Amino acid sequence: MRKVRTYHEAIGDAGSEVVQQVVAQQERLSRRLASIGTLVAIASGKGGVGKSALVANLAVALAERGRAVGALDADLNGPSLARMLGVVGRSLVDTEEGVGPASGVCGVKVISMELLQDMDDAPLRWREPAGGGFVWQSTLETGALREFLSDVVWGELDYLLIDVPPGVDKIQRVLGLLPQLDQVLLVTIPSEIARHVVSRATRLVQEAGVGRIGLVANMTEHVCPECGHRSQLFRAEQAGRGPVDSGVELWGEIPFDPRVGITTDHGTPLVAHDPERPAAKALLELADQVEAARAAHPTEDRREQEDAS
Amino acid sequence: MKLLCVVCDEVMDLVERQLPGDGTLAAVFVCATCSQEVALLTNPQETQLVSGLGVRIGGRVVREQPMELVRSSLKDGREGTFVQAEPDAEPKQEGASPTEDGPSRPAAVTWSPEAQVRLERVPDFVRGMVERMYLDYAREHGISELTPAIMDRARAALGIEGM
Repeated sequence: MRKVRTYHEAIGDAGSEVVQQVVAQQERLSRRLASIGTLVAIASGKGGVGKSALVANLAVALAERGRAVGALDADLNGPSLARMLGVVGRSLVDTEEGVGPASGVCGVKVISMELLQDMDDAPLRWREPAGGGFVWQSTLETGALREFLSDVVWGELDYLLIDVPPGVDKIQRVLGLLPQLDQVLLVTIPSEIARHVVSRATRLVQEAGVGRIGLVANMTEHVCPECGHRSQLFRAEQAGRGPVDSGVELWGEIPFDPRVGITTDHGTPLVAHDPERPAAKALLELADQVEAARAAHPTEDRREQEDAS
Repeated sequence: MKLLCVVCDEVMDLVERQLPGDGTLAAVFVCATCSQEVALLTNPQETQLVSGLGVRIGGRVVREQPMELVRSSLKDGREGTFVQAEPDAEPKQEGASPTEDGPSRPAAVTWSPEAQVRLERVPDFVRGMVERMYLDYAREHGISELTPAIMDRARAALGIEGM
């Protein structure tokens, strides 16, 4: 059998220019991220643990203490941050340099698929040839996420918070696009099922070499607003043990409070609406942890690295 | 993706790309040694797979627009999502040509009335982006007035069918 040269043996791209375009995309992403201090992904792997509400509250908590904050809704199929940060229906300014994000509660800059879609109930659908869409939908979604990062005029930010949708694969997607992530908050609830899923996510993030990983146990208990009595919603002994056993620090425990959902769903996150409630206080303490992790690792700030070079 | 001329053991050069508008793509390659030409034909699914990466086989005719992939691929784009920024007092220098009175400015491109009508028919969600692509195409090709005929030519070259 004759020997035909392999792809790597054949030098040059023969004019397809695909590699150059991919490199250009990566360079554009790096340039955009150069003005962002700390990249924080909020993930879980498990759905229904309250990630998005936590992102909205954390964003507002950081903004209220004077930080410049952006929030990127990476949940393209079930976006919610636009609603939670009060920017539904807002227009985005279109310039040659990029797309201006919407400005939400406390000036938090927001980008979400919900801002781009026509109807409240529109599922995410792409223009595509009939049949076989499952093959490239993931490619398109990754491309969309890349554009949310690189083509939005974020400006100078202290924090960009990324709301990662459920599914450990989605965490992998974000890690692939952003190997330079500074912090990952893994959100769990004290249930056995959540423990299993979050443990998988934890291992993935640890193996990716992310510098700071914090566990957030959400809905840990219910505190009666009338009498202060504390009751467990799940089997308390399971609360987050898996990730903690893996050496992940517990950064926050947020008690269950229906007001978190009620206020955040209406675009006024609890930390802004009622900061004295126990859940709001716990969310504000979580913001302290995020700040402390950033302060402990100042070299993580890409802007300082740019200045130094 | 590369095409190899097995006879000459040479990587073939891409010399022409055609986008007929039905989602397919034709790319013509030639061997620089024996001048043998072959055409690579991709079906709509294969074309989509590549364009989903945000790249164009054979390179870009004009620069990539912000959120180009999302805007050109999203099926239910909301009208009014994008508003155009107020034009700068001093236009950007990129791709500019020199003028007598100081800083260089982008070459002026006008729209014929027919071309304007046609542009207005482009869905609002992508209109700003498409407008800039046409303007970039005109500047790249030294065209001072965009007409429907030029727009047809640009559409074929840019692969913006359906927008």
